[in-house]
Amino acid sequence: MENGEGVVKRFCYINRKAPYGTIYALESLEVVLIAAAFDQDISLVFVDDGVYQLTKGQDTESIGMKNFSKTYTALGDYDIKKVYVEKESLEERGLTANDLQALKYEDEDDDWAEKDSLFLVGRSELTEIINEQDVILSF
Amino acid sequence: MKFGIVINEGPYTHQSSDSALQFVKAAIEKGHDIFRVFFYHDGVNNGTRLGVPPQDDRNLTKEWSELAEKHGLDLVVCVAAAQRRGILDEDEMGRHGKNAHNLAPGFRISGLGQLIEAGIQTDRLVTFGD
Repeated sequence: MENGEGVVKRFCYINRKAPYGTIYALESLEVVLIAAAFDQDISLVFVDDGVYQLTKGQDTESIGMKNFSKTYTALGDYDIKKVYVEKESLEERGLTANDLQALKYEDEDDDWAEKDSLFLVGRSELTEIINEQDVILSF
Repeated sequence: MKFGIVINEGPYTHQSSDSALQFVKAAIEKGHDIFRVFFYHDGVNNGTRLGVPPQDDRNLTKEWSELAEKHGLDLVVCVAAAQRRGILDEDEMGRHGKNAHNLAPGFRISGLGQLIEAGIQTDRLVTFGD
């Protein structure tokens, strides 16, 4: 890294919007993929309509948009291990964990065992997680 | 304090560029450092020199250019977001075979790494958006 070598901050990316309809979700993902190269502590948060970004079985053919939902399942390969989904946001939309794609990463400290990187958290717990962050980018 | 600024909305439709401009002016006045202003999403549209707002209205791009010149601000427009929306400097014009460029004075085009770097290097990264 050219600048800020050795500094590790807690970066949190908050995704609040549906995957299609506006460009925020796609361009947020582009930031996260670049950020992964900077060796920072990364958390992703999905709240409000943002939880739709992680749903299974997205089909965008009839709206002429690129379906980028598979990219979320590759986040583990970018060493992104902390993805928090707010329970209340799911419930308010009639969704459950079963409606979401499985997100995994391989733990290099545990013989590359495959582990879950998606965590369902309540609103109050999420508040604490966000409070602990150094840099928050909200999309 | 060292601030990084993120502007996520275009001029006039949203107030985010206006608010950011006022924030930056106030911060400088109080003696704070502005490490970088990063334009993302439709925020890149703040960087076109071709906007011609009515004469009795503010010209946000011009105000940013003037502020950058006066205080040596680093105004960075995200390259990927800019390409989508037709914001090009001379280099980008050549690279993509276009016959015009429209990046306003004081702005430069660079990558998203500049946003992450601003997060690392500053005490506060302040977002102006929707």
